[in-house]
Amino acid sequence: MSDHNEKSGSPGPGSRREGLRVIGVPRRRVDGRAKVTGQTRFADDIFLPRMAHCKLLRSPHPHARIRGMDVSRAMAHPGVYLVLTGKDLPVRYGILPVSQDEQALCLDHVRHVGDPVAAVVAREELTAFEALDLINVDYDILPTISDPEEALAMPEPRIHKYGEEGNIHKFVALEFGDVDEGFAEADEIFEDTFFYQGNTHLPIEQHASVAIKDPDGKLTIWSSTQTPHYLHRALAKVLAMPPAHIRVIATPNGGGFGGKSDPFNHEIVVAKAALLLDRPVKICLTREEVFYCHRGRHPVLMKFKTGVKKDGTITGLHLRTLIDGGAYGSYGVASTYYAGALQTTTYHIPRYRYEGCRTFTNKPPCGPKRGHGTPQPRFGQEVQLDKIAQRLRIDPADLRLRIAEAPEAVTANFLRLGTVNLSECIRRVVEVSGWKTKFGKLPEGRGVGIACSAYLTGAGLPIYWNKMPHSGVQLKFDRGGGVSIFCGATEIGQGSDDVLASIVAEVLGIDPFDVRLFTGDTDLGPVDLGSYSSRVTLMAGNAALQAAERGKALLAEAVALKFDVPKEQLRFADKRVFDSARPDTGVSFAEAICLAEARFGTIGTVGSYTPPKSPALYKGGGVGPSPTYSYSAAVVEVEVNPVTGWVHVPKVWIAHDIGRALNPTLVRGQVEGSVYMGLGEALMEEQEFRRLPKRLSHALVHKFPSMLEYKSPTSLDMPEVVTELIENPDPRGPFGAKEVGQGPLLPIMPAVANAVYDAVGVRVDEVPITPEKVMKAIAEKRAGREPRFGPDHFPQVNWPEALRVPPPWEGGDGNAVNDVHREKPRAKNEKVLAP
Amino acid sequence: MMRLPLFEFRAPQTVAEAVRILDGEGPGAMPLAGGTDLLPNMKRRQQVPKTLMSLQHIRGLHRVELRDSGPRLGACVTLSEIAADRRFRNGMRALAQAASFVATPQIRNMATLGGNLCLDTRCNYYDQNYEWRKSIGFCLKKDGHICWVAPGSAKCVAVSSTDTAPALMALGARVRLVSRSGEREVPLTELYQNDGIHYIRRQPNELLTEVLLDSLDGWNSTYWKLRRRGSFDFPVLSVAAAVRLSSQGIVVDARIVVGSVACLPLVAKEASRSLVGRPLHQESIAEAATLAARLAKPLDNTDFDMTWRKRVTAEFVTYALGELRGDDMRGQRLLLTRHSSSL
Repeated sequence: MSDHNEKSGSPGPGSRREGLRVIGVPRRRVDGRAKVTGQTRFADDIFLPRMAHCKLLRSPHPHARIRGMDVSRAMAHPGVYLVLTGKDLPVRYGILPVSQDEQALCLDHVRHVGDPVAAVVAREELTAFEALDLINVDYDILPTISDPEEALAMPEPRIHKYGEEGNIHKFVALEFGDVDEGFAEADEIFEDTFFYQGNTHLPIEQHASVAIKDPDGKLTIWSSTQTPHYLHRALAKVLAMPPAHIRVIATPNGGGFGGKSDPFNHEIVVAKAALLLDRPVKICLTREEVFYCHRGRHPVLMKFKTGVKKDGTITGLHLRTLIDGGAYGSYGVASTYYAGALQTTTYHIPRYRYEGCRTFTNKPPCGPKRGHGTPQPRFGQEVQLDKIAQRLRIDPADLRLRIAEAPEAVTANFLRLGTVNLSECIRRVVEVSGWKTKFGKLPEGRGVGIACSAYLTGAGLPIYWNKMPHSGVQLKFDRGGGVSIFCGATEIGQGSDDVLASIVAEVLGIDPFDVRLFTGDTDLGPVDLGSYSSRVTLMAGNAALQAAERGKALLAEAVALKFDVPKEQLRFADKRVFDSARPDTGVSFAEAICLAEARFGTIGTVGSYTPPKSPALYKGGGVGPSPTYSYSAAVVEVEVNPVTGWVHVPKVWIAHDIGRALNPTLVRGQVEGSVYMGLGEALMEEQEFRRLPKRLSHALVHKFPSMLEYKSPTSLDMPEVVTELIENPDPRGPFGAKEVGQGPLLPIMPAVANAVYDAVGVRVDEVPITPEKVMKAIAEKRAGREPRFGPDHFPQVNWPEALRVPPPWEGGDGNAVNDVHREKPRAKNEKVLAP
Repeated sequence: MMRLPLFEFRAPQTVAEAVRILDGEGPGAMPLAGGTDLLPNMKRRQQVPKTLMSLQHIRGLHRVELRDSGPRLGACVTLSEIAADRRFRNGMRALAQAASFVATPQIRNMATLGGNLCLDTRCNYYDQNYEWRKSIGFCLKKDGHICWVAPGSAKCVAVSSTDTAPALMALGARVRLVSRSGEREVPLTELYQNDGIHYIRRQPNELLTEVLLDSLDGWNSTYWKLRRRGSFDFPVLSVAAAVRLSSQGIVVDARIVVGSVACLPLVAKEASRSLVGRPLHQESIAEAATLAARLAKPLDNTDFDMTWRKRVTAEFVTYALGELRGDDMRGQRLLLTRHSSSL
């Protein structure tokens, strides 16, 4: 997709200048060989002697009470070893401390089709499946809630007994400065309503887990999880076992995208079964079951009210979101905050009010999907900016350049930004796409659109309140010259193993392939919080950097003594440690380890990373802070058939502010993967549910939980992508690196919508932008009505009083001025918990 | 993962042996060709045959014969073979295109022509796994008593989703059905019927062995398929068209077939007739497109909005006839197929 030479070996011109040998060089990833030869062992590839297979009986009803259950016939079925029900695993758990609302097997209440109620463990998977039909569950059917507007209208029956009230799970109401004053200063006020349909992660690998009871009675579980540490904690809680007796091994994930970030019922079930049976127990979910696990993109209805000056300067923003949470909390409280928190990070917004409402519905729970909570309002903001630019007669790229936020700024909601190369991203993408010759100038039916975004480089706070590091790395130095890295970081395909290997290899002057990795294992490596929130490169990377530097210092001291040169004069490169003044004087890296071991004893070092404290002290301020933020700008070209509404994307140009690309091959892969996923969300992906006629059925089912009919683009549907990396190292990242896993997804959806407008002059204010919606909008245009397809209203919500936090430029100190609960000194458990 | 149910397995070597097995086993036996549709259906318990009878070892079913009187294709010729074989261009282009647009390369390597002609009808309420169907109380086509697409309907409305049938119908194909008591040739236009359950007139004891075509000299044909993506997807609207033009460019004979909008592919007789005796100009094409589109009454049981599918039908007929006139439709086709190997 790019013409950059990625064959490798020689460092690029930039890295040569700085003397880097590994960092910045496009390389084959360290786990690449295993993956392309099919030798990577995923969880479902694990087969153990005497292994039994588990299947879950799931609720066929969207909402019901369980009156009783009879498992005797299933137990008696030949080949069945064990049947578990909710009574065996009654302890509640959940990823967030504030939402401990799940049970591994529902005890008395099922909340969506697919909620598990019993587990069968048998000699064969087929036997387990057949025995599911022998379990008799007596359900008492309850009325169902299919969307947030129904949830607002129907406080009873409650899907959960906790939350704000009725079926409202979470309210957020925050105000940073007087927004009404901002609107009063505006020359123009824009009000737009947008809808972002829910969609799912669709990892190629379905979730799988294998658990065994170790010979000494402890538990080991291999699982396709992005967060082995959080699974470790959930298992300890539900199984009531000491964490020291539980070992979680995150197998390489065949894609995660946020869908494997929660502790899951099937993981807990196989762990319990293995302990009871003293046999290995495996489960591999079907694709349908993955759709029931979900935790994907929340459907969000949004209302944007934005005041602007004639020159495009924003004077105030009021954002309201109504969020469809599904049946459980999951990360939802954080998602609700995220749907408002990052709006301030791209453009300067002096006054900002955010009101968010997440409701429970009888559908699989939503949670964190790539971009967690932010693609929806990003879509609204970027499309609205396009409308603003049009009305003010300003080029949309120029408008964004005018209002881009400044580097190192503290935003209205007290997010401290790091390097901000948004303007450079815009300029670059405008240049390479030929924007100035295309925008508004292409023939009818063809158009271009632009959009930008920002994203976290790691969540600033852990999910449970603690003061410990977010990531730790241990290094072991072998006399033979090998280095082993031990770290909880989890390889989900994003390249976290390669990041760790490249950083350690760079510092120690060795080859990344000389490094051995032991990652994602709670027994072997120190805690890393997990592969979510784009945190691994910066956090595990900084921990690895520190551990490597400490090891290097020990080796340098020993070698310096041998040659009697100052240790600062030594250089580590090409698997040697030598005097930079006399390069022939030196030892091999292996000899350096031997010298150090002789002097100091066994060589092992540790490193760790804790993010800086955030200036956001108000309740809710825990969601949004990050050590630094990445920036992206994208231009999308479309061809729209004016008769059928068919949208074709021939080309995408995207510039990403990466800080520094540790391995440009992987960075480009992440950018292209984001473009791919973004186009899927923009054009076709829908986690859609359907009700059957109510007089005939109470069913509320996923429209089509299959990989064939949940439409996601194939490689054939992928356009040409031009990726531009903007490299301006951020001192907070290892070698200056920022995130790339999520940010480049965000501008794609609004850029497509804006391009459709440029092509045929109609607004589709929701995703996915399907041909029938485009056709309807074109019909509206032809009929002389508003040329638009999108939601027409935002319902009445009884918002709570907003916490008022004066922004920095109004003398705010990061606290709310009206938070009565916070007047006394803050207790630890009151601290906002956020991923 | 989903497991296959248990079944008996038979692998006859000859057609005679095969039809004996079908006769002896009764409706509980099903022929297994490529298995690309039947085996996933079995995993979902949509179809649970007691016996699977593999056709892989019957040599004659893999044969392709190009006689002067017209081509004959064995039922087990794979879709990949048809798509790759240059002899299936010219008059038979519609068939080659239809075969090349089925599913994915891997599936086409296994899937057969006979299998695609007998393809089970599809529906959003039916092509689901056992648990999902249980959660809606099943449906008319399998294990239930109601059609959820049209709850008032006494008849199943699952959609014919075969790509090759409309193409072969436009080419005037016949199929040979062999049973223990004899064999018969049936025009493809008479093989299907308007019922999502009993969509095919093949009796359970009959084996579809061969597709027969008359000489296609002087014919030109094409196949257009609507689906969401450039790969994988079943058609949710298809148009096959074949015409024979005089040396002056006047339509001597025409066949237009609209597929994937009903339980069976629909022969657009009136639209086809309207073309005869006229050149393919804008007016005649528009008239035929309007007439053909009238047949399409898609229901809400496939991908895409049904009213949108209905509204683009005329467009697709226009694409097909325009291409047969000699218009350069490669750009339009690329937008829909998303790959350039569109023959």
